Amino acid sequence: MNKIVEMEFFSENVAKIVLEAPDIANSRKAGHFVIIRLNEKGERIPLTIADGDSEKGTITLVVQKVGVTSAKLLAMKAGEEILDVVGPLGHPTHIENYGTVLCAGGGVGVAPMLPIIKALKEAGNKVISVLAGRTKELIILEDEVKKHSDEVIIMTDDGSYGKKGLVTAGMEEVIQREKVNKAVVIGPAIMMKFGSLTTKKYNIPTEVSLNTIMVDGTGMCGACRVSVGGRTKFVCVDGPEFDAFQVDWNEMMMRMGAYKTQEHEAYEKYLKTVETVA
Amino acid sequence: MENIIAEYIKEGRSDAWRAELRKSMKAKERTSLERVQMPEQDPLVRNKNIIEVNLGVTEQMAVAEAHRCLDCPQPTCTVGCPVGINIPKFIKKIETKDFLGAAAVIKETNALPAVCGRVCPQEKQCELSCFYTDKLHATPIAIGHLERFAADYERNSGKMNIPEVAKSNGIKVAVVGSGPSGLAAAGDLAKFGYDVTVFEALHEIGGVLKYGIPEFRLPNDIVDVEIENMRKMGIKFRTNFIVGKTASFEDLRAQGFQAFFVGSGAGLPRFMNIPGENYNGIFSSNEYLTRVNLMKAAHEEYDTPVLIGKNVAVIGGGNTAMDSVRTSKRLGAKRSMIIYRSSLEEMPARVEEVHHAMAEEIEFMNLHNPVEYFADENGRVNKMRVQKMKLGEPDASGRRRPIPIEGSEFDIEVDTVVVAVGVSPNPIVPSSLKNLKMTDWGTIVVNKETMQSSISDIFAGGDIVRGGATVILAMGDGRKAAVGIHKYIQEKIKAS
Repeated sequence: MNKIVEMEFFSENVAKIVLEAPDIANSRKAGHFVIIRLNEKGERIPLTIADGDSEKGTITLVVQKVGVTSAKLLAMKAGEEILDVVGPLGHPTHIENYGTVLCAGGGVGVAPMLPIIKALKEAGNKVISVLAGRTKELIILEDEVKKHSDEVIIMTDDGSYGKKGLVTAGMEEVIQREKVNKAVVIGPAIMMKFGSLTTKKYNIPTEVSLNTIMVDGTGMCGACRVSVGGRTKFVCVDGPEFDAFQVDWNEMMMRMGAYKTQEHEAYEKYLKTVETVA
Repeated sequence: MENIIAEYIKEGRSDAWRAELRKSMKAKERTSLERVQMPEQDPLVRNKNIIEVNLGVTEQMAVAEAHRCLDCPQPTCTVGCPVGINIPKFIKKIETKDFLGAAAVIKETNALPAVCGRVCPQEKQCELSCFYTDKLHATPIAIGHLERFAADYERNSGKMNIPEVAKSNGIKVAVVGSGPSGLAAAGDLAKFGYDVTVFEALHEIGGVLKYGIPEFRLPNDIVDVEIENMRKMGIKFRTNFIVGKTASFEDLRAQGFQAFFVGSGAGLPRFMNIPGENYNGIFSSNEYLTRVNLMKAAHEEYDTPVLIGKNVAVIGGGNTAMDSVRTSKRLGAKRSMIIYRSSLEEMPARVEEVHHAMAEEIEFMNLHNPVEYFADENGRVNKMRVQKMKLGEPDASGRRRPIPIEGSEFDIEVDTVVVAVGVSPNPIVPSSLKNLKMTDWGTIVVNKETMQSSISDIFAGGDIVRGGATVILAMGDGRKAAVGIHKYIQEKIKAS
């Protein structure tokens, strides 16, 4: 059982959750993720760790409402408990002093990016972060990112905050202006695909962090498999970070949609039960 | 270890009750009795439910079967048992109707009798080396059925016997993984008096017994009862804990753990690496079975989904393939097929499972091998191309390997495919230990007698050492390792 210590909503559908998980708080590094299961009948879903406090024994997750499990999680309150939390899983991010690193985060992808930004900064890099979202309310963790970046560029699709345009426009701006030695792109699959197409044009080595469908998260099931460099890899034990230029994005997006129909039906059913209760 | 087992088996045969029992019936009379038939659910009813297929033998049937056993002076059945069960002794207990006594005998060396009675390949082990098979060329004693009977009788009696444990020595030992090898090791270590903690990565205890083997072959309740007993022996369990990740071996050493048994299993599914294998609707058997067994995906009120197929192809010929294909039928598939590259005789699955599957209207396409998958516009598999195979000349090992027949390819309509072609060792534990000696196949190198790895306080067994074997072989490893760990710790104490 893992108690929710704090629940802070960034917007209607995105919240930061601080959870008691002392062992994980102690051993986690940038890039790691956890698998959670809310209750006896819940499914197991992977969530990347956004932050951790080994003294308080807590980890921080940022969750966007996309389906039944995330909706149920966001409906929980501080003080309530999550049945299972296991981790830290995956390989931690490889950190070194590259020189100048461009960190592009889209939507809730900024959350897993935050510990990477911190670690890169600590390793002596010049960190330029680009935060992107459809609208102003979807730009998250701006202050925290600012604290650990040399520069932050905000992009919104509708121009409601920062500059108007896609994440790639912000990335181009930086690349045109100065030498970038390394890029990290984290966000929705489509954003990572186009973000890495941008850096590829300039031959900037780029890492992405994939958040595929998983069941156990320990290499056992293979639900998370993706083709990387023409070979099947398991995101849970081989990743979650990969060389962006090697990832078969179309296959990955196809696999992300494997349960679209079931997920949609389950969500509709969930909404009905919530309405009845209300 | 072999000598210890031989001594143990010999012991007690000369007891008065055994001697008398042997005299009570002539050997000829015993050998003239017919082997008991396991009652089972009707195949066309059971392929629509998840209730256990085998219903278990009755008391009368068990006693009658026990009469067949000759209580041989040099029993050969026991040689075939990886955990060294005193088979003649427990069977003779059944003959005297001391069913609880029989269960106690099994539990002296086997922590999970109700499990082994159900899932062991007895026809390749104890029953293969039974005097009846070996010398009389007759059907062997139904040792597996009797083991299951004794275990079930004890469980249903409400008088479960908790194995005796030595006085606690307060020394902490960690078991990594709660599958068959880990549970066997934990059971024996507790008997020696150690303070045992079993660490499990998943949210349930039991490993493959829970996520892999389906309800219709091994009900979860039965596994839970056995685990509850182990708790009563003082064994502690921690779920959601990955040794090497949640805490390192070093962290656990600092917490006072003196030795480790690693039974982390072969949890890394193999695929065939053929075109289209990553289309949706193509699962590893581990994923398919985990969704259905562990996550209960087929139950409406559970959140985990599973794709339910109309035309399901399962690739492979082992027990996992049989479990997957029979599961698909139960989920409502119209057509469930086994596609296996070699002949029916070469299939590694338990004979009983193959028979059960056939009776449940599973189609068998032997000597066929998939070469490519195709999908619809949404990426869901809709067709597979298979190639016919033929058996080649026997090789040095006497095995006839399948050879593809060029130009024999044809397509089959499928919407779900389960790939059950084997598993590789799980990389998490080995990758967290820099100096651990591994084979090229990713298994841990151990001393075969003691199960000790290249790191002196780490022992290992089961699929992480074997690369994919059976429940009972894993349990045998766990028992050996418990003895190895006991010796290691005692010697360390003496030296200090």
